[in-house]
Amino acid sequence: MLKIENLHARVEDKAILRGINLEVKPGEVHAIMGPNGSGKSTLSSVIAGKEEYEVTDGNIIFDGEDIDELAAEERAHKGIFLSFQYPVEIPGVSVTNFMKTAINETRKAQGLEEMPAKDMLKLIREKSELLEIDRKFLSRSLNEGFSGGEKKRNEIFQMAMLEPKLAILDETDSGLDIDALRIVANGVNKLKNENNAVVVITHYQRLLDYIVPDFVHVLYDGRIVKSGGKELAHELEEKGYDWIKEEANA
Amino acid sequence: MDLKDKLVSSFLAFENRVDNDAYVHDVRTDAFKIFEEKGFPTKKDEAWKYTSLNSVLKQDYSLFPKQEDALEYRDVKKYFIHDIDSYKIVFIDGKYSSHLSQTTHDGMDVCLMSAALSKPKYQLVIQNYFNKVATTDSLTSLNTAFSSEGAFIHIPKNKIVEKPIQIVHFSTGNEAATMLQPRNLIVVDENSHVQIIERHQSLTENPVLTNSVTEIFANKRAIVDYYKIQNDNHNASLIDNTFINQKRESHASVHTFSFGGKLTRNNLNFFQNGERIDSTLKGVTIIGDKQHVDHNTLVHHIEPNCESHQDYKGIFDDNATGVFNGKVIVEKEAQKTNAFQANNNILISDKATINTKPQLEIFADDVKCSHGCTIGQLDESAMFYMRSRGIPEKEAKGLLMYAFSNNVLSSVKIPEIKQRITKLIANKLGVNIGFEV
Ligand SMILES: Nc1ncnc2c1ncn2[C@@H]1O[C@H](COP(=O)(O)OP(=O)(O)OP(=O)(O)O)[C@@H](O)[C@H]1O
Ligand SMILES: [Mg+2]
Repeated sequence: MLKIENLHARVEDKAILRGINLEVKPGEVHAIMGPNGSGKSTLSSVIAGKEEYEVTDGNIIFDGEDIDELAAEERAHKGIFLSFQYPVEIPGVSVTNFMKTAINETRKAQGLEEMPAKDMLKLIREKSELLEIDRKFLSRSLNEGFSGGEKKRNEIFQMAMLEPKLAILDETDSGLDIDALRIVANGVNKLKNENNAVVVITHYQRLLDYIVPDFVHVLYDGRIVKSGGKELAHELEEKGYDWIKEEANA
Repeated sequence: MDLKDKLVSSFLAFENRVDNDAYVHDVRTDAFKIFEEKGFPTKKDEAWKYTSLNSVLKQDYSLFPKQEDALEYRDVKKYFIHDIDSYKIVFIDGKYSSHLSQTTHDGMDVCLMSAALSKPKYQLVIQNYFNKVATTDSLTSLNTAFSSEGAFIHIPKNKIVEKPIQIVHFSTGNEAATMLQPRNLIVVDENSHVQIIERHQSLTENPVLTNSVTEIFANKRAIVDYYKIQNDNHNASLIDNTFINQKRESHASVHTFSFGGKLTRNNLNFFQNGERIDSTLKGVTIIGDKQHVDHNTLVHHIEPNCESHQDYKGIFDDNATGVFNGKVIVEKEAQKTNAFQANNNILISDKATINTKPQLEIFADDVKCSHGCTIGQLDESAMFYMRSRGIPEKEAKGLLMYAFSNNVLSSVKIPEIKQRITKLIANKLGVNIGFEV
């Protein structure tokens, strides 16, 4: 589904991604871990199509197509979703109106009619129940004044509404209390099936107890320096990153 | 002959032609002298530093356009807020169109200035109110000198006018270029409430210059809500001079939506003559090309315990230019004044400009005054966030700009107007804001 080959990216003169290789197949869950500033959020932004970053080498292939030239919205229409580490506040646009616009624009791009208002309401009800989001919440301005945890839960609500093929969850667990973490992880698991895939970026094992990865990768200094199974996450939790850094720098 | 000479030489003939009340005659004559002396403002005048009238004044305007062209309602329906029941006072090339209007004398007067200026039964109201709050700057004086037609609205006390009143001025382009000088007088007595929508609309490619004066009197505890829709075509210019005199405990609001026109200058003046008065001045400006919109506001706090709220938003594309000049005066007696002013702008193109200048003159010591102006670009991280959810760039921009102007819309009390304005914004931004408001 996603194939990243030798990806290099920079911002201004600073090289951030320095040769990433990663393949994600349908039905898989991948975890990406790694120290602060190693390039995890940059990688997710580049996959989602943030223009600020310049891809200097390599390819991102999604469903067999090189998506390097595609705008962020076109990638979204193909089924790529990014849950932001820092969701952006959009005052003046309610969660509901934002989602209606996002869904209908996506449908339009796919040559479908707008979703009838009744179906939209039903979908909103269903997904907000799944994530235990209060209806009142949905009429508030998007992310404005939301607590850290509320923002993250709202990201997963959006994911649930859009049902992407590939979801990248960038530190969705940070800011969530234990109950919220369970609700959000449960939401992600409910949406998971053999046709879609999830990439979770996290610093902590606790999320991976709920969303169990098939593969764990360690990103360090713009490269994936180690990959393994779910036991690698336990090892990192125990030992930290020093040994990885030593190995990588050797 | 330049425009000033043309106006000066036509004044006597004009004055002889219109119906004449002695009082009105004196007012006109005095005003004429002021205009003759001062002439049109130039960029040397501090208040006109960023707005040049040169290009609009050089046209050879017809001052008294020929008799009305008939317009069919269905052809101009879109310029009305047509989905609500309303009174209508409609003018075509400065002349009243009874055909398109719906006036009333039933318990209140929603009618014509020409009638009020000439009929004995209005003499007292005219003497009490006509030209009593308008100032003596040159453009207002020019309008006063030539005042003969416009809307006259008098709401007696204790009356809530359920239907809004629409004042619409059409110009048809019968003449190569037309200058119009409508004059409106609105008197709202004690405890009464009225909502007014005003629009100037050119139906031609020919140049049109409108120099309009509106005087509004909000008497004790009156509520006046005024909406100005400025979405004229690219050859039409508007100088709007509005003066509001508020008495004790009255609430007056003016919302100005400027989405079109070649040059638009709003001189909006509030005078608070009483305690516990509330004044609201809000505006959304969205322009592009070489359009120019200038908001020149004044709130004069004269007595204690009053409030004023100003919130102007501007979005400027292409080579568009904007000016915001907001003056707040708080007199020494006006203790416990709350005066807020905000002017926020987004420049979409590198070539667009905005000049924004708050002017606070505060002589009282126990007051709360705040002002802030910002000039920014569209938030890139918000753009990426929206696009990553599948909202295309253009729509995302539109949504952000709609959101930016949203809190100005939130105080619009007539839902049909809010909806109309939202649609106008969406059209202006070329997007389909895919949700109800
Ligand atoms: N727009 C930018 N301009 C300049 N530097 C940037 C920009 N974006 C990212 N960087 C830098 O690139 C490096 C990688 O940042 P990134 O946000 O991808 O790290 P991360 O792995 O997500 O870290 P964290 O675990 O703290 O979230 C950092 O040194 C960061 O400062
Ligand atoms: Mg990060």
